[in-house]
Amino acid sequence: MSHDHSGSSSPSFREKYVFSLDHKVIGLQYLITSFIFLLVGFGLMMLMRWQLAFPGSPIPFFGRLFSAELAPNGVMSGEFYNALGAMHGTIMVFLGVVPLAVGAYGNYLLPLQIGAPDMAFPRMNMMSYWLYLPGGVLMLLSFLMPGGAAQSGWTSYPPLSIINPGQTVWLLSMVILITSSLLGSINFLVTTINMRAPGMSLWRMPVFCWAQLVTAVLLLLAFPPLEAASILQLMDRVFHTSFYMPKDLVLLGQTYSGSGGGQPLLWQHLFWFLAHPEVYVLVLPPMGIVSEIIANNTRKPLHGYKTMVYSMIAIGVMSFMVWAHHMFISGMSPALSNFFLVTTMIISVPSVALMTCLVFSLKGGSIRFNVPMLFALAFIPLFAIGGLTGLPLGLTVTDIYLHDTYYVIGHFHFVVVSGSIIALMGGTYYWFPKWYGRKMNDRLGLIHFWGSVACMVGIFSPMLIMGLAGTSRRLYDPTAQLHNLSTQGLNVVSTYFAYGLALFQLPFIYNFFNSMFRGEKTPENPWQATTLEWACPSPPPHGNFPSTPTVHRGPYEYSTPGRVCDFWPQSEPPSEDL
Amino acid sequence: MTTIAIEQPPTAGAISNAKLGVWLFLASEIMLFATLFTSYIVLRLGSTSWPWGWDALNVPLATLNTVILITSSITIVMAYAKAYDKDKPGFQSWMSLTILLSLGFLVVKAFEYSHEFKLGIGPHTSVFYAIYFTMTGLHVIHVLGGILVNAGLLYMSSRSKHWEHPLFLGRVEGAGLYWHFVDIVWIFLFPSLYLL
Repeated sequence: MSHDHSGSSSPSFREKYVFSLDHKVIGLQYLITSFIFLLVGFGLMMLMRWQLAFPGSPIPFFGRLFSAELAPNGVMSGEFYNALGAMHGTIMVFLGVVPLAVGAYGNYLLPLQIGAPDMAFPRMNMMSYWLYLPGGVLMLLSFLMPGGAAQSGWTSYPPLSIINPGQTVWLLSMVILITSSLLGSINFLVTTINMRAPGMSLWRMPVFCWAQLVTAVLLLLAFPPLEAASILQLMDRVFHTSFYMPKDLVLLGQTYSGSGGGQPLLWQHLFWFLAHPEVYVLVLPPMGIVSEIIANNTRKPLHGYKTMVYSMIAIGVMSFMVWAHHMFISGMSPALSNFFLVTTMIISVPSVALMTCLVFSLKGGSIRFNVPMLFALAFIPLFAIGGLTGLPLGLTVTDIYLHDTYYVIGHFHFVVVSGSIIALMGGTYYWFPKWYGRKMNDRLGLIHFWGSVACMVGIFSPMLIMGLAGTSRRLYDPTAQLHNLSTQGLNVVSTYFAYGLALFQLPFIYNFFNSMFRGEKTPENPWQATTLEWACPSPPPHGNFPSTPTVHRGPYEYSTPGRVCDFWPQSEPPSEDL
Repeated sequence: MTTIAIEQPPTAGAISNAKLGVWLFLASEIMLFATLFTSYIVLRLGSTSWPWGWDALNVPLATLNTVILITSSITIVMAYAKAYDKDKPGFQSWMSLTILLSLGFLVVKAFEYSHEFKLGIGPHTSVFYAIYFTMTGLHVIHVLGGILVNAGLLYMSSRSKHWEHPLFLGRVEGAGLYWHFVDIVWIFLFPSLYLL
C-alpha cells in the first residue's frame, strides 16, 4: 500500500469534510445532500397534496409564508401548483434518488467492494459533488425568479416549456447536473475496469458493483442526448430559434412570432431517450443493494448470480430501445408504437428474471429478520406491484385509456418510492455500521419501516384505482371536472397517508443523527458478511485497506458445505483446517 | 488545497486510467453530437424548404477551415511523436503550430459569423440557420477547450518537473485523442451543413 500518511496526519476541517478527495467523505456528502433534497421534494409534494385533497382552502400553517403572487390568501395558485409539480419531479429524480443511489452508495461502496484504495480520479470525484450541489441549489433558487420556477412538468414538453417562465434556470441547472453526472460515470467505469484488487475478476464482483457498472454506462451514454436537447431548448428560449416550435402556432390568442419550422415531438423523443434509461438508473442500484442484504441475511448464495448479472446487462442494452412507449398517444406513427410495444414487452423479461432470482434466493435460507432485511423483503412485492402495473401502460391498447391518468402516477411511484427508496433506506441501516462504526437503533428502525411501508401503500394504491376510474393527472383543481369528481374521496385518503409518511420519517432522521454519536458500537463485520467492504475498519481510514486485499473466491460464499463458520469472506486465504 | 491524493496502485489493465477516461469521455461526446446530427436529420426531413449550403453559407472559407483543421491533426501527432522521442524543442514547435492552426480556424470562423450577422442573419432566421449556428457554435466551444488543453501542455513542457513526469506522454496522447475527435466532428459538420 503506497499510501502516504505524512501529509494526512492533520488535515484541516475544510480539507477533511468540505473539499475532500476521499471517496468515502464524498459519498457521505452525497448521502446527506440527497436525503435533504428528497425531503425538500417531499415537502413540495405535501403542499400539492393539500390542494388536491381540499382545493380552494388555504394551506394550513405554511400558506401565509408564500407571496400573494404564489398563494393569494394562503390558497395555492394554479401557476404555483404547476411549478411545484415540475420541481417535485425534477428534484426527486435528478437531485434525490439518482445522487443517493449512485453518488452516495456507489461512491462509498464500489471502491471498497472491489478492494480499491479510492476512485480512479479523486479530484474529478470531488468536482462531481461540487457541481451537483450548486446545480441543485440553482434549481431551488429558481422559485425566486420572476414568474416562479419551471412550470412544464419534469418532462418540460414544448411548446409550453418554451413560453412558460422559469424554464431557463431549469435548463441551466440541468446542464450543470448532467456534467456532474458524466464526470461521475467516467470515474465509476474507470475505477471498476482498472482498480480491482488482485483476484477480483469481474465474475467475483458483488451484484451491487455490477449494478453500478451498468448504471454508469447508462448515465454515460443517455445523459448527453438530454444535454443536447436542453441546449436546443435553451437556444429556443434565449436566442429565439424554433427547434421545437411549429409555424404559426397560436397560444392564448397570440401567434408565435418565431420563424417556426421546428417539431415539438423532437423534444419528446430526445427527452425519453434519456429518461427511460434513467428509470433503470433509479432501479438497478437499489436492486444491487437488495441483493447484498438478501444474500447476507438468508446466509446462502444468491440464486442465479450470473442470471442476475446477465439480466442487468440485458436491461441496460434494451433500455435504449423502449423510450417511445411514453409517447403512444403523442401523435407519432402507429407503426412505431408497435415496435416500441414489442421492445417494452421484451425488457420486462430480464426484469422479471431479476425479481425471480431474488425470490428464489429466499428459498431454503435461515432468514435473519433484522431491519435492513425487512426493507429488502418489502422491496420485492412492492417493486413487483410497480413493475406489473407498468405492463398495461406498455401495451398500446390499454395505454390509450390509462395515459395521463393517476394510474401512471401510482405505477411509477410504486416503482421508485416503495421500490427504490425503500431499498435505499434499507441500505442505510445495513451499511451504517461501516460508515460510522455504530449501529442504528432497531426499535426506531422498526417503527420507521412499518409506518413507511403502510403509508406508501396507502398513498399510491388509491392512485391506481383513481386512474382506472379515469381521473386525469396534473390538474390543479380535481373538482373542476365532472369526470374527476367521483374519486375525490380517494384523493383525501392519499393526502392523509402522505402526511403520515412524513411523520414516520421523523424516527429515521432522529435515529440517523443520534446513532452517529450515541449508537451501539459495532465490530468491523457486524453482519458477518463476505464482501470486501467488511474486511476493513469501520469507518475505513483514508486509503481504505491496511494492505491491498487479495480475493480468493466469489462474493456470496455463505454456508459453504464442510465449513464450520457459515460465511467465508472473499479476502480470507484458503486454509486446510476450515 | 485539499487532502493529498492516494497514490494509485499500478493498474492491472493494459490501458491507463487517464486514457480509458478520455475514451469514455469521447463516447459521451459522440452521443452529444450524434443527438444533434439526428435532430438535424429530423428537422430537415420535416421541413418544407431547406436552403442549399452553397447559397446560404460561404463554402470556400469552410473548405479552407477543413484543410486547416486536418493539418492540425497531423501536427499534433507530430508533437506526440516528438514527446515520445523526448525531443523537447521538437514537441514545443509542433504543439505551437497546432495551436496556431486552431486559432486560424477560429479567425476564419469569426469572419464567417460576422459576415452573416452583417446580413442580419442569426439563429432566429430559420431552422437551417438555427441548427447551423448551434452545431458550429458548440464545435467552436470544443475547439476553444482543445486550445486550452494544448496550451496547458505547451506550458507544462517548459517545466522540467512536468516534462519528465512519467504521465506526461499519456497526457499528450489524451489531448491528441480529443483533438482528433474535434476534427472528426468538423469533417461531419462540413458536408452536412455546407455541401449536401
